[in-house]
Amino acid sequence: MGWHRKILRINLSKGTVDVEPLNMEWAQQYLGQRGLASKYLINEIDPKVDPLSPDNKMIFATGPLTGTAASTGGRYSVITKGPLTNAIACSNSGGYWGAEFKFAGWDMLILEGKAEKPVYLTIMDDKVELHDASEIWGTTVWHTDDWIKTKHQDPMMHIAAIGVSGEKEVLYSAIVNDLHRAAGRSGVGAVMGSKNLKAIAVRGTQGVAVKDGKTFLKATMDGKKVLAENAVTGQGLPTYGTQVLMNVINEAGAMPTRNHRDVQFEGSHDISAEAMHEPRKTDGKKNLLTNQACFGCTIACGRISKIDENHFSVKNKPEYWHASGGLEYEAAWALGSNTGIDDLEALTYVNFICNEQGMDPISFGATVSAAMELYDLGLLTTEHTGGIELKFGSAEALVKCVELTGKAEGFGKELGMGSLRLCTKYGRPDLSMTVKGQEFPAYDSRGIQGMGLTYATSNRGACHLRSYTVSSEILGIPEKTDPLATEGKPALVKAFQDATAAVDSAGICVFTTFAWTLEDIAPQVDAACEGGWTPDRMMEVGERIWNMERMFNMQAGFTGKDDNLPPRLLSEPAKTGPAEGRVNGLEKMLPEYYQLRGWTADGVPTNETLSRLAV
Amino acid sequence: MDVTLKLYASLGTYLPDHAHKNEAVVSVDDGINVEALIDQYQVPRKECHLVLVNGVFKAPGQRSQTVLKAGDAVAVWPPVAGG
Ligand code: SF4
Repeated sequence: MGWHRKILRINLSKGTVDVEPLNMEWAQQYLGQRGLASKYLINEIDPKVDPLSPDNKMIFATGPLTGTAASTGGRYSVITKGPLTNAIACSNSGGYWGAEFKFAGWDMLILEGKAEKPVYLTIMDDKVELHDASEIWGTTVWHTDDWIKTKHQDPMMHIAAIGVSGEKEVLYSAIVNDLHRAAGRSGVGAVMGSKNLKAIAVRGTQGVAVKDGKTFLKATMDGKKVLAENAVTGQGLPTYGTQVLMNVINEAGAMPTRNHRDVQFEGSHDISAEAMHEPRKTDGKKNLLTNQACFGCTIACGRISKIDENHFSVKNKPEYWHASGGLEYEAAWALGSNTGIDDLEALTYVNFICNEQGMDPISFGATVSAAMELYDLGLLTTEHTGGIELKFGSAEALVKCVELTGKAEGFGKELGMGSLRLCTKYGRPDLSMTVKGQEFPAYDSRGIQGMGLTYATSNRGACHLRSYTVSSEILGIPEKTDPLATEGKPALVKAFQDATAAVDSAGICVFTTFAWTLEDIAPQVDAACEGGWTPDRMMEVGERIWNMERMFNMQAGFTGKDDNLPPRLLSEPAKTGPAEGRVNGLEKMLPEYYQLRGWTADGVPTNETLSRLAV
Repeated sequence: MDVTLKLYASLGTYLPDHAHKNEAVVSVDDGINVEALIDQYQVPRKECHLVLVNGVFKAPGQRSQTVLKAGDAVAVWPPVAGG
């Protein structure tokens, strides 16, 4: 229960559709979604496979709580080998697609091979069909969504699609569902493009049964009460969204600015949650229209924005005058502070295009910021950029870059490689602010020390969602730790990594953990499905998942040497703020972290650790 | 002496009229502590979840002990989070 116990396996090369039982033994060991699908992927692919070859597979996976009455229970993840990193990729998305897929009677979708010609997939309960996508190949996510719904005369479908960037294998292409919710990171959209798969439309009419209905109802109601009564999840996130962090992180001196040259951005207020709430000087209207919830979510942190129609980015483009997904903190930072741009409307437009063309705004913004530094140093010129004056602070340049990268045209092709490949090509790989090839999110690890260890050891390359120690180091959740100290951080990072791996495997949103602990989550999981789920069992599963992902990466060719940070963060001290004069103390944290993990001094999980965890 | 008071999110309504971009330079008595400044602007103490003085966190127990100097910046948020 919590499961349909059914997997859909589609071989795109052969055009075959097979139904398989879900491996329930693995579901006990890996819970679901991130953990369970990673187990399937690792069992089925060669770790050294080229991520964009037909031999790579991709899995769309739900958790036991996806599609149930649990708050935020609408999540799904895409698991594959990522082309940006060459490491395991697992990108999580909200919206409605995951729950609808589960309502169609499936737990997981495994895609293999490569279609001979562009196709899209429809899943209407048991009716699963591949269709010719030649009419929508070369078009955007938004057009594709509309076209499929019209073609099938079903406005209730939920569609996950790639844009032109995914088709052309921009290495940080995303899969976007419900127009502006994305499995965003590590280039999962490029893998879908490499398989000639444009979209997956789902429609389900079945419910999701749970193991013990009465207990489940009580556990989920208790959980919702905790979320409603908690000031962060009950008021802070719905009103201000994640964007409220813009001024917090800037004030704390951990705001990566101009490709991490600085740690505070003078324009942060102009692109913050507070600014989104204020009437614009130009037209007296607010950027933010309302908030929005994903399926079953009682937090509703999503932003819905509308751009000033006279802003240069959308002037004479009425197709962008409607309300759509607004800026989240990560996007606002990557597109704004990190490029030195304080134009809220321009950032909102660029975010719209990232959704419309299916691109990760974090990696896109961070790659543009690296290109801006190369331009500043004279290593990139207008000859390379096709005439774009790529100066820090130029909203016009950013707008041109997103339009070109979304279609992988001109200089956009270079930007589509991501920051590491771009900086390497122009002779300065040290200027790429990445780990394992993936761009940093919005926290400078000189000002938040634990995040340095988080990034360095993340199994999918630099990422905040693998262990969000910002929660403790800055926000004081569950308890406050000193962001400038390295002491105690290895244990903190390990605990966050393991707990998050379990939450990511359950079918719920990680933002619940601002209010919920595993004590709140385990009873909901346990009432939904078999397994005797306790907080301890969930931590054990989280640790198992972490080690399994690590082993895959090692077999793919990574070593402990890849648990590193760019030289800038280890040798160029922060210039201002509380962290002034400091670098990240990774070398102080890493050995202790390896020890706590039960890994060798080189970062290899020992046989003892692997057998303790039954990996 | 002058200090900068920054009140964010729902606390913005407690800022003086001359505030701009959620901050205002305010004149206060020499030797004022963080808690007294918060009280002076009638910001409910229980709403002051995150208090940073020059970017450094001050726990509730430290606020009345933290004496401000001219030019210090006090930034305050209600319970918020993101990611
Ligand atoms: S908290 Fe935000 S991201 Fe998470 S499920 Fe709710 S609306 Fe979606």
